[in-house]
Amino acid sequence: MLVSKTKRALTAIAGVALVLSATSAAADYALNLTPGVTPISHEAHTLHMLIMEVCAVIGLIVFGAMFISIIKHRKSRGVKPAQFHESTAVEIVWTIVPFLILVGMAIPATKALVAMEDTSDADLSIKVTGYQWRWGYDYVDDGVSFISTLATPKEEIYNQQPKGENYLLEVDHPLVVPVNKKVRLLITSNDVIHAWWVPKLGMKKDAIPGYINQMWFKIEKEGTYRGQCAELCGKDHGFMPIVVVAKNEADYQQWVADQKGVATADKEAAQRDWSKAELMARGEKVFTGTCAACHQASGEGIPGTFPALKGGAIATGPKADHLALVMHGKPGTAMASFAGQLSDTDLAAVVTYERNSWGNDTGDLVQPSEVKAAR
Amino acid sequence: MSTATTHDAHNEEHPSGLMRWVTTTNHKDIGTLYLLFALMMFIVGGAMAMIIRAELFEPGLQFVEPQFFNSMTTMHALVMIFGAVMPAFVGLANWLIPMMIGAPDMALPRMNNWSFWILPFAFAILLSTLFMEGGAPAGGWTMYPPLVLQTGNAFPFLIFSVHLMGISSIMGAINVIVTIVNMRAPGMTMMKMPLFVWTWLITAYLLIATMPVLAGAVTMLLTDRFFDTSFFNAAGGGDPVMFQHIFWFFGHPEVYILILPAFGIVSQIVPTFARKPLFGYSSMVYATASIAFLSFIVWAHHMFTVGMPLTGELFFMYATMLIAVPTGVKVFNWVSTMWRGAMTFETPMLFALGFVVMFTIGGFSGLMLAMAPVDFQYHDTYFVVAHFHYVLVTGAVFAIMGASYYWMPKWTGHMYDERLGKLHFWLSTISVNVLFFPQHFLGLAGMPRRIPDYSVQFAGFNEISSIGGFAFGLTQLLYVYIVFKTIKGGAKATDQVWEGAHGLEWTLPSPPPYHSFSTAPEVK
Repeated sequence: MLVSKTKRALTAIAGVALVLSATSAAADYALNLTPGVTPISHEAHTLHMLIMEVCAVIGLIVFGAMFISIIKHRKSRGVKPAQFHESTAVEIVWTIVPFLILVGMAIPATKALVAMEDTSDADLSIKVTGYQWRWGYDYVDDGVSFISTLATPKEEIYNQQPKGENYLLEVDHPLVVPVNKKVRLLITSNDVIHAWWVPKLGMKKDAIPGYINQMWFKIEKEGTYRGQCAELCGKDHGFMPIVVVAKNEADYQQWVADQKGVATADKEAAQRDWSKAELMARGEKVFTGTCAACHQASGEGIPGTFPALKGGAIATGPKADHLALVMHGKPGTAMASFAGQLSDTDLAAVVTYERNSWGNDTGDLVQPSEVKAAR
Repeated sequence: MSTATTHDAHNEEHPSGLMRWVTTTNHKDIGTLYLLFALMMFIVGGAMAMIIRAELFEPGLQFVEPQFFNSMTTMHALVMIFGAVMPAFVGLANWLIPMMIGAPDMALPRMNNWSFWILPFAFAILLSTLFMEGGAPAGGWTMYPPLVLQTGNAFPFLIFSVHLMGISSIMGAINVIVTIVNMRAPGMTMMKMPLFVWTWLITAYLLIATMPVLAGAVTMLLTDRFFDTSFFNAAGGGDPVMFQHIFWFFGHPEVYILILPAFGIVSQIVPTFARKPLFGYSSMVYATASIAFLSFIVWAHHMFTVGMPLTGELFFMYATMLIAVPTGVKVFNWVSTMWRGAMTFETPMLFALGFVVMFTIGGFSGLMLAMAPVDFQYHDTYFVVAHFHYVLVTGAVFAIMGASYYWMPKWTGHMYDERLGKLHFWLSTISVNVLFFPQHFLGLAGMPRRIPDYSVQFAGFNEISSIGGFAFGLTQLLYVYIVFKTIKGGAKATDQVWEGAHGLEWTLPSPPPYHSFSTAPEVK
């Protein structure tokens, strides 16, 4: 009675909501866990369905008995209440039977868990580092490394532009992996605790400073898979998505070669002196992707939480101190150390940008070679 | 009941007006204070939930900035857990335990006064952080380092308010234990005590065992922040995961602190309206004790994703699944109590029946969450949010509301408005399911918790959930109206109030005298 009423109300309200809302047109009303694209996610899905069905059957019996009682054993039907209040036999049965059901569920769960935690014999290892609020990826064997940041523009978030199909689930540099290879992730964090999770890969692991956690997956189908940070990590916790692109072996190798080319070009570029215009252009890009979340695009920060750079003591003070703060961070605050996250060129560019924007007219240029010397 | 009304006139002298409430050492006055305070915090925490649901109504940021959103989720949890549900249970304990065991008052009346009056200060401190530089705490009610250490000026205020709440709870718990152990009427053996008294006795032990653990953990946070210790700082040789172990060693028994008294309430209400004795009284007591014991050895199921060793994950998975056995026994006992009874469906019974069904739904999702290999998918998603709101809102809060309807005629001497009470139940039940049931779907589809904005695929169910949330919020204003209407007046309640009610509290007049039993009653 109660359930059917609730259900009816739910359907009615769902109907009203559908009619009223324009955004609902883009929403799909997904109800269940997806089977995913890895052996692990298949197992998780199978177990999920099993335990849900077991719960449904138990629920049907218990609620069934209760509703029969509610309908039949009511005073308004003139029944006289029975006075029984114990039965050792019945009580033993309903202690033992649930216990046996639990044992029956624990066996497949144990098998699945053992398989999931077996990170041995990986074909490829990638170190994943959580930062507030982006992910860093280092391909341990191939020497490729990059930072992956939210690509959704602010205008979409603040409702000034229509939202794209992959709103909040798109990044500038996705994690690229080969299909049908056992990929092992070594997960850690640079600041607070994050969690790396892509639902279709079937596994979630916390990124914890001082720890290197492991998880693995073997993607069976080429494609793009999206997820998000799953552990509250501060202001922009909802804005650090994960995108994994699974490619076939040949495409993957091509991608690795391309990345190495980019890295070499970057290294060469760091050798030469950069012009102010070049540094400012690159600096703005780095600032928007890395710094603006806290210090704001206007450089004004958020009073009381994130200091202003516009006219700020650091950004207008000695150049070396400014560079040192960006490189090493400020312990005990959200200001992280960026020496490991950004290249010499990026650091030089962003410090130059901060010293010459929003009316900070220091005129200072920082060259990549200076950053290298400061390391 | 002449014994109850003849007592030393000196005891009856007490200040009137505001000072009556400030200086009171009377269990009924203090119970009332606790209950009204809890109601107030329920409204404050509920207002925060409305802000959360308003922001989540549509994708995109509409009303609040992400940092403030995080403050709202953090404060909502702290206010509801420590400000609404726990004080409400302590208020019920204060009102009912002396009346149920045949005692004149609580054993330690002055401490009783103190344990209440700490609370308004604790929450004044906590709520004042909303106006501080850097904003209110936004690292989640679980206060995980290193994130919580990034809190602005609010940080020490958060820690001290948690300390105060802990002190208040511990004193309340000591009082409950001393009262139950020492002040039972002759003949009121342990195994004759009403289940509400039993569940509270066990809850009180849980409180005394775990609150100091929480106090220790947050004190370590305090010294990490201000005195350069490195308990939880990996760079200094500390361990951020250790905080989680300590926190959840408190935190898991805490969730039973929030539900065991509710089990007690439902075990009082169901027999009354089924007009049949509670089925399996002693197995209820043993099941409660087993749940309490198991609650100490399952904490790390909140942490399956932190990278525990396989054996650790297996142990905590098995231990957690085991809790389903005693919990199942309780549900089976309630259903058996109804079986072949002669039921009527007044408002308290409706809330108790709603509790049995919806708490069990929360129990099922709890069992699913216990399975570590699938928990990797559920963990930190809206599936978890749905789970703990089913056990806490349709569990604990429904039981508290049921209790208020059940005992309010006894407390005030007035019957509440039955028509409005039923309306309150049905509106609450429908809206709460519209609010929380779709959150299961959101979690399974992959929506993480504690995010102010989400991708468009989650828009549909979030909208439905928000509509349910607003409806549930509005419905509770009706509850406030019913409560105050009943306090002010209404049909005169009889001493027994309910046809099927048994127990010492129903032998007292409605409303009961200022001191419940000055001469101990005879229990056969």
